[in-house]
Amino acid sequence: MAASSREHVLSLYRLLLKESKKFPSYNYRTYALRRVRDAFRENRTVEDPKDVEELLRRARDSLALIQRQKVMEKHDTQFTSAILLQRCR
Amino acid sequence: MMNRIISSKLVDSMCVISSRRLSFAQSAVNTVQKQKELIKSRELEKDELRPLYMDFQATTPMDPRVLDAMLPYQVNYYGNPHSRTHAYGWESETAMEKARKQVADLIGADPREIVFTSGATESNNMSIKGVARFYKAKKNHIITTQTEHKCVLDSCRILEAEGFEVTYLPVKNNGLIDLKQLQERISPHTSLVSIMTVNNEIGVKQPIEEIGHLCRSKNVFFHTDAAQAVGKIPINVNDWKVDLMSISGHKIYGPKGVGALYVRRRPRVRIEPLQNGGGQERGLRSGTVPTPLVVGFGAACEIAQQELEYDHKRVTVLANRLVQKIMSEIPDVVMNGDPEQRYPGCINLSFAYVEGESLLMALKDVALSSGSACTSASLEPSYVLRAIGADEDLAHSSIRFGIGRFTTEEEVDYTVEKCIQQVKRLREMSPLWEMVQEGIDLKSIKWTQH
Repeated sequence: MAASSREHVLSLYRLLLKESKKFPSYNYRTYALRRVRDAFRENRTVEDPKDVEELLRRARDSLALIQRQKVMEKHDTQFTSAILLQRCR
Repeated sequence: MMNRIISSKLVDSMCVISSRRLSFAQSAVNTVQKQKELIKSRELEKDELRPLYMDFQATTPMDPRVLDAMLPYQVNYYGNPHSRTHAYGWESETAMEKARKQVADLIGADPREIVFTSGATESNNMSIKGVARFYKAKKNHIITTQTEHKCVLDSCRILEAEGFEVTYLPVKNNGLIDLKQLQERISPHTSLVSIMTVNNEIGVKQPIEEIGHLCRSKNVFFHTDAAQAVGKIPINVNDWKVDLMSISGHKIYGPKGVGALYVRRRPRVRIEPLQNGGGQERGLRSGTVPTPLVVGFGAACEIAQQELEYDHKRVTVLANRLVQKIMSEIPDVVMNGDPEQRYPGCINLSFAYVEGESLLMALKDVALSSGSACTSASLEPSYVLRAIGADEDLAHSSIRFGIGRFTTEEEVDYTVEKCIQQVKRLREMSPLWEMVQEGIDLKSIKWTQH
């Protein structure tokens, strides 16, 4: 199946790592990078196409989740800088 | 041509002179700017450079996946799950039941046996007071240990005032209870035995399976406070023969303000409810169930189940690293609690001849604690350490290191380095350390009174 081809899996992996690097919080960022890397490494030898599909679906959900999280954290830092500006005044 | 060269040289020299003058002025400006920057950076530092978090027993940060699960229920699906007449209520109820199943799966229970509460403290209160009061006609004896959480000990104290008889079992020096002592103390009048699974201060893991079988054989209800154990070690309430179990949301990377109580249905455990009202949660805990919180709690439980093995492996490696490094660099460090029967992520070390509070203040860019969060306001040493027989001075100098899902190797290395450095520095200043180095036995000294 084209959806579970090697290139697809690799591009998903790269996208996940790229998005994970954007977490502003140190702990979340390191956890996401580590977990993505370990999960892909662990499931490297999975053969059954159904399992592969399930794992890829989880990976895509995680990607969407991380992208949503970054929007949240961006707003969060905006709020802290707003509070800083107010304090300076 | 010469003119041009000379003029260019003149221009150059003028430029150099002016640039020197400029550089002097500029450097003055630069210092002022640098001072401003220093002032600015101090302010920023207050808000940006946060200490390393190494206190996972006090609370845990929310996993991003948990936050993601909670958001829709905070913003869009805000219905009351007990509203029977419209879609807002129905979708909220579906989410609540899904969360109930997720919590039940983590501990091997049936979803109908889970009651959502506001946290492990409420669950402990409910189970201890509820069971004691329900069965008070025939049974009025309760057994617990000396190392339980304050809410358990306080509930037992209140029951004593009501006329119940409470036995506080002592623990051995390694923090574990003596099963023979427990067996001797159980009488036909005992209604409840309450022993926590993993201690929050020293990380010791009690032999819950043996205790459960013992209690079942004597027909006594067994309650365990598993707030620190759920999601960290595999739990099965049927294998362990547990009748009541308290679970806390914010100890497993879930939201604060939510918890659960597992109440066994076969054989049925009856409880007199603490909170009366509209009959929600099988009448045991009335009140609107907070849908976003329980959805987050359920998601946290599901994630904990998936990540249990991975997290446990990692935490063990990091904990061993921390303990090995500290113990190999500095002498006279004692680990409180049994070295084998423990959860590795909770490490309580006593540094001899160093005062605990001063070490905590010296390690100000690492968030640590000495003793549990609920007793840290008082200056007395922790009662748990006293119960395991630690010397007064060792009890005062104990620090609890908490390692969790988000701890990195760098954080552990930094903490270890800072800790070793500060302990060495504090010991240099300590007259007791000097005396010990000279070979004086501190216990033989007769301190004069002023």
